[in-house]
Amino acid sequence: MESTTQNLFELAVTINGTRYERKVEPRMLLSDFLRHELDLTGTHVGCEHGVCGACSVLMDGRPVRSCLMFAVQVNGHEIVTVEGLGTIDNLHPVQKSFQEAHGLQCGFCTPGILTTVVAFLETNPNPSDEEIREALSGNLCRCTGYQHIVDAVRLAAEKMKEK
Amino acid sequence: MEKKLIGKRIMRNEDPRLLTGQAQFVDDVNLPGMLHAAFLRSEYAHARLVRLDVSKARQHPGVVAVFTAEDMGKDWFPGPPLVSPPPTVEDVVFHSRRQVPLVKDKIRHAGEAVAVVIAENRYIAEDAAELIEAEYESLPVIMNIEKALEADSPLVHDDLDSNLAAQLSQKKGDYEVARKAADVVIRRRILIERGAAAAMENRGVVAQWDAKGQALTVWDTTQAPIPIRNGLASRLGLSESQVRVIAPYIGGGFGPKIMMFYPEEMLIPWLAMKLNRPVKWIEDRRENFYATTQERGQVHDVEIALTRDGKVLGLKDDFLHDTGAYDPYGLTIPINTQCHAMGGYDIKNFTSEFKVVFTNKIIVTPVRGAGRPQGIFVIERMMDAAAKELGIDPVELRKRNLIQPDAFPYEHGIIDQAFAPLILDSGNYPAVLQKTLDAIGYEKFIKDEQPRLRKEGKHVGIAVAPFIETTGIGPYEGARVTVEASGKVNVATGIGTQGQGHFTSFAQIVAEQVGVKVTDVRIVTGDTAEFHWGTGTFASRGAVVAGSAMHAASSMVRKKIFTLASKILETPEEELELEDGVVRIADMPQRSISLGELALLANPLRGAVEPGTEPGLESTAYYGPRYGPTAFGAHAMILEIDPDTMMVKIRRYVVTEDCGTVLNPLILEGQVHGGVSMGIGNSFYEQLHYDENGQLLNASFADYLLVGATEMPHIEVHHVETLSPLNELGAKGAGEAGAIPVPALFAQAVENALHDQSVEVMEMPLSPNRLFELAKS
Repeated sequence: MESTTQNLFELAVTINGTRYERKVEPRMLLSDFLRHELDLTGTHVGCEHGVCGACSVLMDGRPVRSCLMFAVQVNGHEIVTVEGLGTIDNLHPVQKSFQEAHGLQCGFCTPGILTTVVAFLETNPNPSDEEIREALSGNLCRCTGYQHIVDAVRLAAEKMKEK
Repeated sequence: MEKKLIGKRIMRNEDPRLLTGQAQFVDDVNLPGMLHAAFLRSEYAHARLVRLDVSKARQHPGVVAVFTAEDMGKDWFPGPPLVSPPPTVEDVVFHSRRQVPLVKDKIRHAGEAVAVVIAENRYIAEDAAELIEAEYESLPVIMNIEKALEADSPLVHDDLDSNLAAQLSQKKGDYEVARKAADVVIRRRILIERGAAAAMENRGVVAQWDAKGQALTVWDTTQAPIPIRNGLASRLGLSESQVRVIAPYIGGGFGPKIMMFYPEEMLIPWLAMKLNRPVKWIEDRRENFYATTQERGQVHDVEIALTRDGKVLGLKDDFLHDTGAYDPYGLTIPINTQCHAMGGYDIKNFTSEFKVVFTNKIIVTPVRGAGRPQGIFVIERMMDAAAKELGIDPVELRKRNLIQPDAFPYEHGIIDQAFAPLILDSGNYPAVLQKTLDAIGYEKFIKDEQPRLRKEGKHVGIAVAPFIETTGIGPYEGARVTVEASGKVNVATGIGTQGQGHFTSFAQIVAEQVGVKVTDVRIVTGDTAEFHWGTGTFASRGAVVAGSAMHAASSMVRKKIFTLASKILETPEEELELEDGVVRIADMPQRSISLGELALLANPLRGAVEPGTEPGLESTAYYGPRYGPTAFGAHAMILEIDPDTMMVKIRRYVVTEDCGTVLNPLILEGQVHGGVSMGIGNSFYEQLHYDENGQLLNASFADYLLVGATEMPHIEVHHVETLSPLNELGAKGAGEAGAIPVPALFAQAVENALHDQSVEVMEMPLSPNRLFELAKS
C-alpha cells in the first residue's frame, strides 16, 4: 500500500515459518497487514472490534485478535494463520475433522475458529463438550448454531490422540 | 432409479478450500491500481442536507476523488423497484419510494450515504471523509409505526399525504359469519420486532472497468448476481454481455444480501467507470448496522373465533408493518406474514388487512424467515390463549385443528409472495407433531417431571410449536450440465451460494444421473459469465428450483450418454449400464467406453453433427413452478428460568422437519441448527435499540448480542419425508425452517415456566429486563 507519510516502522515478523520484512505505518492493523500487505487473505475480518473472533491468529502459539492489534506489535514474534495449519492436499487433523463433521457452512468465521481450536487442544487435549463450548465462546458463527463445530472439535481431539 | 447419492451424508466438496483459507471472498479481490472507497454517512435520522463542502477532503494527500449527489449529474437516480405489488389483488395501495446512490436533499435514516471518498487506501479515505463539512437541518424523527399514521405526523416522504406506504387486504370465506357462530372470541394485540441478519461477512463491492475491452467486472456480496448484472447494465448504458457480476464465496447471506441496488452497489461500478480505475468498498460492522437492511416491526390486532370444543372457525389479523425509509422490496414480507398466520391449521374463514408504514430507519427487507415467523407467532400465541380460555390442553387443541393428511392439496384461496395461489401441496402434519411430542417426552414431562421440578421450586417450562414454511417459489432457475473430455462434469447455474452447500448437494443431484463421483462434479454458482438466466438464492428455493433444473438437465445428459454409447458400442440402450464414469454392456463388461471418450466423440473435429442434435454431452434446462411446495415442522423445547435474574437455560431442544426428499442430511441438519440459533437470538438475545432520535444505540457486537456456543442447546433433529408432488426430486425447501417457530416456542415456554406468575407473552423479543417487567405487572 502507498503511504503518504514518512512515519514508517521497519517490521520484521515470522508468519507461517516465513520471515517478512516490511515498512508499515504504526496505525496499520495486523489484520490489514496480513490480508492486504501479504495477501494472506485466509484470516477474515467480521467486526473490527474484537468480539466475533473471525480474525484470530496465533501469536507465539496463543490466539490473538488481529483486528485489535497493530502490525508493529508483532515485531520479532511468530505468527501462525490458517494458511499455516495445512494445505488442501495435506489438511491438519483439525481441518479434516471440520470437513468430516460439517463444522462449517459459509466458512467466513472458520479460520478464526481453527486457530483458536488448534491452540485450545494443545492445552486441553481431552475436553468435555462443555469445555469445548466454553473455548468457542469467543468466536461467533451465524451459520452453524455451533453444534457441528463442537462435534468437529471432539473428533479432532480423538484424531490427535491417536497420532 | 435407485438413489445412490441423494439422501446420503456426503462431505462437502467446497470444504478443503474454505478450511485452508484459499476460498475467495469479495474483500480478498486485489487488483492492480485498485482504489478504496469510504462513505460519509448522516448521523441524523431525518434532516435536510443544507450544505456540503468536500473541498478539504479533495485536497487531502492520497485522495483521488470525492463525489456527492450533485457531482453525479444525470447519472444520479434511485434504484429500481424490486418487487411490484401483486396484480391480482383488488384495492391495493402502493407508493413506491426507493433508495438513492447519495443523498441529494433529504436524509431519511441515520447512516444514509451523503458523500463518497476514493483514495489510495481505506485509512486515507476515512481520514478524508472526516474533513467533509456537512450542515444539516434536523427534522422531527418518525420511529413508531402507530404514531407515524396519525394525522399530524411529520412525513418521511414529503410528496405523499401520509406515511402510508402500502395497504392490502386478503380474505378467505367469511370471518363475520364465523365470528357470530363462535362460542368464544379472543382478541389480542401482538407486538413483534425482529433484528439484523448480522452475517459474519459484511457487504462489499469491487468494480473494474476495462476501457479498452469495454467490459465491466463486479465482485459483489450479493445473493442475486444476475438481476444485479441486468440492472447495472441498464443503469450504466451497457449491454448485459459487457457486464460480469461475480458473487464468489459469500460469508452468509440470510436475506439482506438479496436486497438489490443498495446505494453502494449503484455507486461503486459507476465510480470505477468514471475514474477508469478499479474501486473497492468493504462495509465495516458499524456501517452494517446502519446501512444493511433489517427486518423490523409489526403490530397486530388479532381475533380468533372458536367453538367450545376448540375448533377454530375463523381468524382476523389486521396489522401494521414497518418498512423503514423506503420500500423497494414491495409487499413480500407482510404477504408472507398473512400466508403463515393460519399456520398449518384448517381455518376456513380468514380476513387480514395490513398497512405498510414509512419510518426513519434503515430499509426493511427479508431476513431469514421473511415475515413467516411473525405469522406463526400470531397463530401460535392465539392458540395458546384459546387453550387457556377453553381449558383444553394446548397440544390437544392444535391436534384438533391441524390439516389432515387426506386434505392435500389444500387451497387457501389467498395469494402468496410470488403472486401464486397459496396451495399447500402435501404433508403429514399429525405425524410430524407426534414425532416431536414423542422425542421430547411431552406426556411424561407434563405428568411426572414438571410437577416434581415445580415442587423443588424450579421454573421449568415446556413448549411445542408446529409451523408451515412456504418454499421453492418461482419464477424459475436454470442449469447447464456438461460432460468434459476429462470425464468430469461441469455444471453452471445462475443462483449464488452463501454456505448452504450447493457445491455438494447439487453435485449429488447431477452425479446421481450422470453416473460419476460427487467429487468429479464441478458446480459453478454466482457468476453471470457462466450462466445468464435466473433470479437468486432466497426464500428457501435453491435446492427445489435450481436443484430441479439440475435434475432435468442431468437427466437429459444421461439420455444423450446412452444414445451415443448405444451407437458406439452397437448395442441397444437397455443392455447398457452407467457407473463410475463408464458405460458398459451389462453382459459383456469388458466392452465399455468412458464418459470422457464419449464427450470427445460427441464433439468431432471432422464429420457432421446430425441435424436436430447438439454437439457434446451437454444440456440446459429450466424449472419454473407455478407455486412452491410447503414444508412443515414441529419444534419443542424445555426451558428453565431463574426468576431472580430472568436468565434462561434451554435444557432440551427437539426439531422434526418435513421438507420432503432430503438431499444431504448433514447439510440439512446444519441449516436447521443455524436457523434455530437465529430464532433463539430473535427471541431472547438480539434487540435493536433505537432512541427517539433514530439513533441505533447498540450498533456493535458488544451490545447487539449474537448467540454463542455456550447459549446454544444441543438440537435433536428428526425427519419425516412427505414427498412433494410438485417436482421430480420430491423436495421442499428448508433454509429458513429453523428460525420460523422459535419466537412462538419461546413465548410458550416462558409462560409455562413462570406458571406461578401468570405472565402472558404477546411480544417479541424478550429479555431478562422485559420478563421482569411482565412478571411484575
